[in-house]
Amino acid sequence: MVADADIAALDATPSGRARAQAAGSARRWRGVGLGLIVPVIAAVGWEFFVRAGLSDGRLVPPPSRIVETFSNLAATGELTRHTAATVLRVAVGFGLGAAAGTLFGAIAGYSALARSLVDPTLQALRAIPSIAWVPLFILWLGIFEASKVALIAVGVFFPVYLGVMAAIASVDRKIVEVGRIFRLTGPAMVRRILLPAVLPSFVVSLRAGLGLGWMFVVAAEFMGAAEGLGYLLVDGQQLGKPTQIVAAIVAFAILGKTTDWILVAITAPFLRWEDVVAHGEAR
Amino acid sequence: MLVLENIGKTYSNGVRALDGVSLTVPIGEIVVVVGGSGCGKSTLLRLVSGLDRPTDGRIVLDGEQITAPHEKIGMVFQEPRLLPWLTVADNVGFGLQARPREERDERVAAQVARVGLADKAGVWPRELSGGQAQRAALARALVTRPEVLLLDEPFSALDAFTRTDLQDHLLDLWHDGEPTLVVVTHDVDEAIVLADRIVVMRPRPGRIAAEIAVALPRPRDRESAAWDAVKRQVLAALHGAREGAREKATEDGGAMWW
Ligand SMILES: Nc1ncnc2c1ncn2[C@@H]1O[C@H](COP(=O)(O)OP(=O)(O)OP(=O)(O)O)[C@@H](O)[C@H]1O
Ligand SMILES: [Mg+2]
Repeated sequence: MVADADIAALDATPSGRARAQAAGSARRWRGVGLGLIVPVIAAVGWEFFVRAGLSDGRLVPPPSRIVETFSNLAATGELTRHTAATVLRVAVGFGLGAAAGTLFGAIAGYSALARSLVDPTLQALRAIPSIAWVPLFILWLGIFEASKVALIAVGVFFPVYLGVMAAIASVDRKIVEVGRIFRLTGPAMVRRILLPAVLPSFVVSLRAGLGLGWMFVVAAEFMGAAEGLGYLLVDGQQLGKPTQIVAAIVAFAILGKTTDWILVAITAPFLRWEDVVAHGEAR
Repeated sequence: MLVLENIGKTYSNGVRALDGVSLTVPIGEIVVVVGGSGCGKSTLLRLVSGLDRPTDGRIVLDGEQITAPHEKIGMVFQEPRLLPWLTVADNVGFGLQARPREERDERVAAQVARVGLADKAGVWPRELSGGQAQRAALARALVTRPEVLLLDEPFSALDAFTRTDLQDHLLDLWHDGEPTLVVVTHDVDEAIVLADRIVVMRPRPGRIAAEIAVALPRPRDRESAAWDAVKRQVLAALHGAREGAREKATEDGGAMWW
């Protein structure tokens, strides 16, 4: 009887899940398709506009010229060099900021005492516009990588800290009691109840942090860099090369979206239990 | 044997939720606690479960004082409280983590089938109906084979049909290991169908107002005259408890006036 039940269980669920997933991905592709209509029409329209001679497209370059700049930059290896420099800064800054944010957020969320100790200070620091740190970071850390990474890390830190703290502090007491009834010890309680419970909001705050990381890398590269996509922006402005500026902007957009997508893809297997509908809407 | 010795509980906000509650429950007895809202029924169960600690008195299970959750004591709450990130089977097996995998799988499969959820073992809790979720919660509490199972209004959120269904189901499951059951309910019929003994409580502070032994043969006939007699007895006791509380309140008011 037990074996029968098992077979029934194995048999009934995966097919249902597969069907739900198929429906979900169909909905997703349709969403992507609809979302592409406006930008594609705009790009194609502008291209025709310039080709028809209605504008010289010098200040707002048409897609073909941006693609050309892209391929030139790629051919000379410049694109790879600048992209690599920027991605490395974001990766290190995001890693440090997210780790520190998670650590402080977890401590402040878990212990009311720790929260009263550190939260007021951190909230006060958060009120400072992060760019205002730049001169200080340059004095402390020099004008090279360290000060840039520090700025990015500060930008990433706050959303992660706030998100983790709020998530841990708001874990449902009722679910914690289930853990207590089964006599979970401290570490087991964290691993089996608290971590899974906060994971959805943790992913949201990591995504917010990553978004800010991309924002701050531009600021960091504006303050003097020899390479990086932000350098391409400054260089394009100083030498009057709008195609290069737009190419760099497009690169930022692609990188930002891709890294966000990677983050979502990595964490998705752990969040399958969330509502399918919510997932469909989020993307 | 579960013994409550003169239990009292004062919450940190000063509310005296329980006062002088003494109760002895032999192994395998089904005790049902009824009483108006706020008379300390949930408080009583939480103290026995070890989730909270009494301010006065002691709770002793088989000679051992209960001060924290205990492996021999299981609990089913008013809401299923399933963990949304675990499948139904993993939820049921939550308390068996320390056991070898094989034994765990076997016991979970058997228990899940026992509560009639074999075809739901692999789904997420959000895909269950209210009654199914509560059955999964029941399975989670039973799979560790507790000696005492506490249930706080376990079926109150369900419709009348599902409720009677689950009451019969609970009695059926009880036969597996014949644990001691302490059930809190607002539903007098539920109390009569389940109980060997009904404990009627009265509020402010929560005390035991009456104990009514239910000697009806099982399975119990909800239409019988004997059932009606017990029901009248319980309703009278509930009424008395409420009147008593009111009288006491006016007395207190009078004393304050002076
Ligand atoms: N955590 C708490 N802190 C302070 N007071 C509480 C707490 N829990 C319950 N009380 C108070 O203790 C008294 C008894 O509450 P309890 O929840 O035990 O009642 P109950 O009999 O279960 O009521 P109901 O039938 O409505 O569930 C009430 O006056 C309530 O306000
Ligand atoms: Mg209650």
